[in-house]
Amino acid sequence: MKIKQLKEVLGFLALRLCMVLVMAILVVVFWDIVTKGGGAVSWELLTQPPKDGMTKGGIFPAIVGTLLVTLMTALLAVPLGMGCAMYLNEYALDCKFTRFIRMSIRNLSGVPSIVYGLFGVALFVEACNFGTSILSAGCTLGLMTLPLTITASEEALKAVPRSYREGALALGATKWQSIRTNVLPYAVSGMLTGTILGLSRAAGETAPILFTGAAFFLPDLPGSLLSQFMALPYHLYILSTQHHDTALVRPLAYGTALVLLILIFIMNLFAIILRSRLRQMKKE
Amino acid sequence: MKRHFDDDLQAFHSNLLKMANMTERSINAALDALHSRDAARAQKAIRGDNRIDTMELIIEEQGIDLLALHQPMASDLRMITTGLKINSELERIADLGVNICQRVIEIVEQPILKPLIDIPLLAEQAKSMVRQAIDSFVNKDEELAKKVILMDNEADRLKKVIQSDLLNDYIVKDGSTAPRAVPLILVARDLERICDHATYIAEDVIFMIDATVVKHHRDRLLTKAVEQND
Amino acid sequence: MPLAKVKIKISDFNFYYGQVKVIKGVSVEMLAKNVTSIIGPSGCGKSTLLRCFNRMNDLIPGARAEGRAEIEGVDILGPQVDVVELRKRVGMVFQKPNPFPKSIFDNVAYGLRVNDITDRLIIEKRVEQSLRSAALWDEVKDRLKDNALNLSGGQQQRLCVARALAVEPEILLMDEPASALDPIATARIEELIVELKKHYTIVIVTHNMQQAARISDHTAFLMQGELVEYGKTSDIFTKPRKKLTEDYITGRFG
Repeated sequence: MKIKQLKEVLGFLALRLCMVLVMAILVVVFWDIVTKGGGAVSWELLTQPPKDGMTKGGIFPAIVGTLLVTLMTALLAVPLGMGCAMYLNEYALDCKFTRFIRMSIRNLSGVPSIVYGLFGVALFVEACNFGTSILSAGCTLGLMTLPLTITASEEALKAVPRSYREGALALGATKWQSIRTNVLPYAVSGMLTGTILGLSRAAGETAPILFTGAAFFLPDLPGSLLSQFMALPYHLYILSTQHHDTALVRPLAYGTALVLLILIFIMNLFAIILRSRLRQMKKE
Repeated sequence: MKRHFDDDLQAFHSNLLKMANMTERSINAALDALHSRDAARAQKAIRGDNRIDTMELIIEEQGIDLLALHQPMASDLRMITTGLKINSELERIADLGVNICQRVIEIVEQPILKPLIDIPLLAEQAKSMVRQAIDSFVNKDEELAKKVILMDNEADRLKKVIQSDLLNDYIVKDGSTAPRAVPLILVARDLERICDHATYIAEDVIFMIDATVVKHHRDRLLTKAVEQND
Repeated sequence: MPLAKVKIKISDFNFYYGQVKVIKGVSVEMLAKNVTSIIGPSGCGKSTLLRCFNRMNDLIPGARAEGRAEIEGVDILGPQVDVVELRKRVGMVFQKPNPFPKSIFDNVAYGLRVNDITDRLIIEKRVEQSLRSAALWDEVKDRLKDNALNLSGGQQQRLCVARALAVEPEILLMDEPASALDPIATARIEELIVELKKHYTIVIVTHNMQQAARISDHTAFLMQGELVEYGKTSDIFTKPRKKLTEDYITGRFG
């Protein structure tokens, strides 16, 4: 009896230690970025382009570039991902072929992002002749997010009880009517949650945009979808490794990191709020 | 809450009332035939018994369906089970009426033995007990049911008087009167049995109303009366 | 009593899930404005049979029907049958109350709206009628805008009945409609069913034999996909012809 209790206490302690360790690492990283970057964040940083060989000025074009490319990604990933998920979950028969497709989609989400980058160069930059541009980079990121979007959307659709569908069909609704009026309204926030999480990951990616559209330095904002652009993660990469005086621009790099983090946090927060509203609705 | 079961229960109940009515009319006819020495009337009453037998079967099936299909509980259950018992008591009462009619036919064929004095008294007792037993069922009247049960002693006494008079004053004194005296003794016995069945009905009614078993426990009738007086 | 009309008729009816035959050569005639109950042990195929009447089984991949099934003499199995139209004529209430997470009003109006009835006055009238028929109107008339999920289980199920009635079906299928409800709510649903048979043909699947006994006019006893016995409920429960039926209804089973 004593030993049993001791084991229980020790086991519990070990688990708690794991949690504390993870939290500690997170806190340290976050603390590091906030303390070192906090000082660098200023009105100038947020509104000015880089100046004097990137040693001064701000990161405004990079912020705009990231926002634009993320928007482009969303334009591709949201309709395509939701559509695929709806087809797979509502219409496709559950046969070997669809199971194979589903498995492939899951596997695709494990493909390294640099591979997507190369693929983007081959498909969008060259084959489609989009050049290195917001369009190419957005499409590449969109492709990369698709597996996540599809999987999350399918889960959201699965979470809508079968009885809603059956109930609607039994009342003489067509399949599409039942999906449109009695499934999608209850799945859409779940679908969006997954999609936003995917987008926020895409916003922080460097590798896929490296060859497809991100520019080292542009004094102006991108003029069209076919222009090159600056992006926060790429800018951060440059400031911390490619700059001729990395020590000098370290504060700027930290400031950029903090802005990127906040941007992603905002997106995630949005997703979390959506999800909690979804849970609330389910509970009712 | 309204129950559609109540409609079925109501139908069962009203059939029972019909049955009670038919039975009462049947024994009244038998006793009238006895009183007026009317063989034709007796014959008619005997023929009428078929309808009562049919009614008994209908009510029985109805009761069984109610039990099987509705799984009644508590007062509903007692209502149906006592209803079924009352149903067969009534049928037996009607059968005894038929017996009396058959005796009437025998009696009418022979000269009058003696003017009837106690038998009409017993007949009145039987009629009244049946009447009141049925009333106690219809009105769920426990007091009336108790009264019926207590009336049974008088019926027993009358029957004994009739029996011993006929035996001692006629059969023992003059054996040749036996063919005329025996049917009268049998009529008295049938009348007394009718009173017994009326008593059973009253006992069932008491059970139906408040689930007290007074059958084989006549003493409870008295203690209950005492309790109620407290 | 006038001779009752046959509403649903199936003959030599077989049903398969893939290779597995779950309904085996069943023939039954169900009368109009009657309650017909289907009883039998779990997994005997009673729900499957019920769902054949509004083709709900179509949703299951590999499901296949064989034989004849007719409503008022018209085939309901063939590929030419408009399933959406069929389901309007044959309403269904499910085992678990499944109100949609919408307002009470919108739940009942749902079937009307998907059937392209948009006139507000008609919808309002039909919603009230249906809720009255389902004996729910008095309880909800002051809160039609409330979310239907806030109703009690029994109220939810009556709402589902109202929702089905709004489409004005001829037949109402009920798949163990009271199995998730407490005794009082169950009694209410049973009373409702008896009330509804004045206007509708009702087929109910129930695992509760007593329920079948209480509310149905005819009873079909199904076992392992075969129809063991079919007849008047009072006959089935007091003098079954088959030993198997006797054993099942007396609980002497197996």
